Amino acid sequence: MNASEVNPVHEIEVDARGLRCPLPVIRLAEAARDAAPGTRITVLASDPAARHDIPAWCRMRDHELRHVSDIPQSADVTDPAYLRFVVVVRPQPPKAAGAGNGSARASRST
Amino acid sequence: MLPSARATLMAALEAGWADPQRLYAEGRRSRALLDQAREMLADGLGVRPPEVSFLPGGPAALRAGLEGLRYAGRRRGARMVATSVEHSAILTTGRHHAAQSDNASLFAEVRVDQAGRVDLSALEQAISVPGTVLAAVQSANGEVGTRQPLEQAHGLCRAHGIPLLVDAMASLGRDAAPEHFDVMAGDARSWGGPAGLGVLAVPERTRWRRPGPASEVEHGRTDVEPVVAVALAAAEAWRQTQASRVDEAARSSAIIGRLRAAAANLGDVDVVGDADDRMPHVLTFSLLYVDGEALVTELDRRGFAVGSGSACTSSTLEPSHVLAAMGVLTHGNIRITLPLNAIAPTLENDVDRFIAELPDAVAAVRAQLGASDL
Repeated sequence: MNASEVNPVHEIEVDARGLRCPLPVIRLAEAARDAAPGTRITVLASDPAARHDIPAWCRMRDHELRHVSDIPQSADVTDPAYLRFVVVVRPQPPKAAGAGNGSARASRST
Repeated sequence: MLPSARATLMAALEAGWADPQRLYAEGRRSRALLDQAREMLADGLGVRPPEVSFLPGGPAALRAGLEGLRYAGRRRGARMVATSVEHSAILTTGRHHAAQSDNASLFAEVRVDQAGRVDLSALEQAISVPGTVLAAVQSANGEVGTRQPLEQAHGLCRAHGIPLLVDAMASLGRDAAPEHFDVMAGDARSWGGPAGLGVLAVPERTRWRRPGPASEVEHGRTDVEPVVAVALAAAEAWRQTQASRVDEAARSSAIIGRLRAAAANLGDVDVVGDADDRMPHVLTFSLLYVDGEALVTELDRRGFAVGSGSACTSSTLEPSHVLAAMGVLTHGNIRITLPLNAIAPTLENDVDRFIAELPDAVAAVRAQLGASDL
């Protein structure tokens, strides 16, 4: 794939602020399932577990975590602090019936 | 608690009720029982009886171990080093001291790898900082089962003249007692003993001093008198657990191996902790798209008691610091800790049923979240 094939409109934002674990990861996974490879998904999440779980999801599902940033509480305190992740969807192997992927990744992780 | 330890506890409440400091006959009998308990545990921990103190629980013993090393080293500095997966008794105390002094460098948390094992080069770097007075490394992690490289850690500490505090709460009774430490703490519950009894082992060679006024209690390492019957029950549990430990470990390893394979088959799972160098009786895994609290409740409904390190199962809504430090998935987390054989003689049958029902239970909680097709 060359650069011109990466369509700049392939940008999705998933606003999962206020949702508790595991919902931010589920919203991200839903977006990624329906997205073309190369799509950039920006996830906003305020749940503290997201800091660990979104990188873990990227590792387990072989997507690229490009960027993580802490967004502090807004000056007028109307918006609480949250995290912003940028994930790039990678091509996925055809989904086999059953659960082969998980076990392979699980044994690799140790 | 082991049935034999409970029987000992009840009997010892009859025989050992008196104050062991008193010189009348009942007091002397209590003293003899307490000495007996101390001798048995000292022998098991590879130290001498005067080097063992009983404290009210493992975390209290651990904290006392930390404070005594810190106080003894106060002329050299006040900096403490611990792995990032230590017991909260260590981490909260260390952070508290650093915050009180308004100096974050007084408590260093050393990173671990994805299996939860301490990074030895980072440990060495941390203890080389001038003013360091102790390092804390657990024998094994109770949440994920991974053993720590104590021999190497102790070697590094010795080379730098830093005393090593070992939290053996998770492993005593399941693994052989650690040999590489300068101070060690344990909890009787981990070897099938009663709640409310911690042991603190301070070998004579170690520079350790309890802060505060001198105490006559437990060789000066606490000011809380131990309950004689509880100490005796802990010693009885130790005796029995040590006698069966090797068989118990083989049985646990076989069961955990089956559970591990079943967990890995679930798909979208992070089976966490070292696959081999681990305690025989603990298994932890995290499942994508699963609410840990919902899964614990679902398994409980089916008659299985499991733990969880997921944020939704904790009162603080923060995930387990151990899972976070390892960089593994924190949601959908399940922790299985096998009970001792004498406590759960029908365990194999329960495990068969668990393995049969687990996929259903996971599918049910994923479906609740509309996450069956991710």
